Amino acid sequence: MLKTEELQINIGPQHPSTHGVFRLMATVDGETVVHLEPVFGYLHRNHEQLGEIWTYLQTITITDRLDYFNSMINEHGYCMTVEKLAGIEVPERAEYIRVIMSELSRILNHAAALGFWLQDMGSWGTTLMFGFRQREMIMDIFESVGGSRMMCNYMRFGGAARDITPNIVEQIQLFLEGFPQFIDDFERLMMDNEILLARSRNVGVLPKELAASYSVSGPVIRASGIPYDIRKAEPYSIYDRFTFDIPVGTVGDVYDRFLVRMEEMRQSHRILQQALEQLPQASGSYINQAYKAASKQQGLRPPAGEAYCRVESPKGELGYYIVSNGGNTAYRYGIRAPSLINLTALNDMCRGYKVADIVVILGSIDIVMGEVDR
Amino acid sequence: MALVGEDMSKAPKNYDNMSDEEVQLELEHEGVLLSTVNKLYNWGRRSSVWPLGFGLACCAIEMIAASASRYDIARFGSELFRASPRQADCMIVSGTVTKKMVPQIVRLYNQMPEPKWVISMGACATSGGPFRDGYNVVRGIDLYIPVDVYVPGCPPRPEALLHSLITVQEQIDREKIKKVRWYQKGPVVEFPVPQFGAKGLIVEGITGVADLVGGVPRMMPFVSPALGGQGERHTDPTVLEGNVPKGLVAEIREGRADTNLLEETNAAAQ
Repeated sequence: MLKTEELQINIGPQHPSTHGVFRLMATVDGETVVHLEPVFGYLHRNHEQLGEIWTYLQTITITDRLDYFNSMINEHGYCMTVEKLAGIEVPERAEYIRVIMSELSRILNHAAALGFWLQDMGSWGTTLMFGFRQREMIMDIFESVGGSRMMCNYMRFGGAARDITPNIVEQIQLFLEGFPQFIDDFERLMMDNEILLARSRNVGVLPKELAASYSVSGPVIRASGIPYDIRKAEPYSIYDRFTFDIPVGTVGDVYDRFLVRMEEMRQSHRILQQALEQLPQASGSYINQAYKAASKQQGLRPPAGEAYCRVESPKGELGYYIVSNGGNTAYRYGIRAPSLINLTALNDMCRGYKVADIVVILGSIDIVMGEVDR
Repeated sequence: MALVGEDMSKAPKNYDNMSDEEVQLELEHEGVLLSTVNKLYNWGRRSSVWPLGFGLACCAIEMIAASASRYDIARFGSELFRASPRQADCMIVSGTVTKKMVPQIVRLYNQMPEPKWVISMGACATSGGPFRDGYNVVRGIDLYIPVDVYVPGCPPRPEALLHSLITVQEQIDREKIKKVRWYQKGPVVEFPVPQFGAKGLIVEGITGVADLVGGVPRMMPFVSPALGGQGERHTDPTVLEGNVPKGLVAEIREGRADTNLLEETNAAAQ
């Protein structure tokens, strides 16, 4: 029996497959991973501190930069929390606008994430371009409503910054018409690909019990077989009005996470179709006009107290916790970042697999360093 | 020297009072192709500026979007994002630079072989952007490495990044092989890698903490190579204007601010 020695290797912080500035300290025995320690903090940009210095309205702009793939959902969660704290009501039409933008964000995130993940696996270029083509179409919609491609800064307390015009509705409908074709093409291109199956089946398995004990969320926990989705578990906004399914995996491996994300895009498409259908009947304005008029006289000063709200971001459960002492800035502002908590399970997912699988498993968790480090 | 079909009666041109470039253009106009070593060299450099595949934050996604099919950075010869600094020509600093990350960035820059260019993409890399009030954010990457082109925006659109690349190419066109810094005698300039101190980053040659929380950076930004910088820092304090507390801006404009004043601000922060 050949005697082997453990070796420590460093991946990152400058590495094309670590999804940002992220360092992995892997202890390997031959090619097998024995232990994996994630080192982060390379993108710690004092998000929570700034949220306590800036006013509530100003803080919306930096929630965009938390998880920079889905700025709309970040804003949605933050606005919901402040509305709960200050007791601001949201009109029906504004809720529809928010749901439409959130679901578009989800499609955008999954399309790009799957593209990156497949690129990490070695399909250099093609699949990323596939995902980014869809992303660009949604970017155009976001640019029409928010004025910026990535950092939309679109939602406001009590609604949204602007109404969506018939032109934009048409633009969204045009996107929705072409979208099933993209999903089918993507599935045909990738799902039965032998290399993909060989590299992703039974790789990075996270059993049900372990997933629950790590309190991971989002596609990672659903792939492990637990149908936990905040949109169903604790419906916020108007998600109880739509019919949609929660895809669940069986094995909990990397391939299941891929399938769950594919199916989630289809379900988002379903929600979007229903929302666009119901949008003309929705009552009220795009923003709470009474609050808008009042806020122009005096900035927002919520009463002393605390509030916690959570939304289903494409990465998992995104929670905001705000403590107010009656001033115009938050006294304490905390974020439950899904990427960070999903990342804690990485060591257990990678142990026993080969070094080359680390990148595939990390890609399947779909982390964004802006959110992990905050 | 006239070609077939050319008007022979045209008066011969006086090339004596023309510059080399003008003579070359004139001769090209008349059908004689000439080239200088400079031109050939610059043409080769500008046509394949390979960036370092290295993303920091949000701007990295727009950098990837610029390399995807819609904006297609390959049209400018820069589609090959190299993972190794040894193979890269251009570093795109795409995103917020934190104090934990800046030693790695300076080390990567030192590892890149000459000639090399730096694009500071977005507000964060240029000045700290929306996060510059934070305790962990570096207020501009130009305090640590010289920057050729700054791109405004948060994040800049892919078109803006492409424009910055074209600007780099224009700068390459103006380079003279005799004057470029990597053919000069003397040792290669290595930029000091910051070290972690008790209260912040410590940079070689700067006394005290280089970038104190709540204070002013104790150092000046590097002069851009586009302005003729050879790796030296600015001496004029007005370039610090964006980097000091608001009360100091007016004093700097009027020329009253000196290094003592900056020291006082730092002492107050301490």
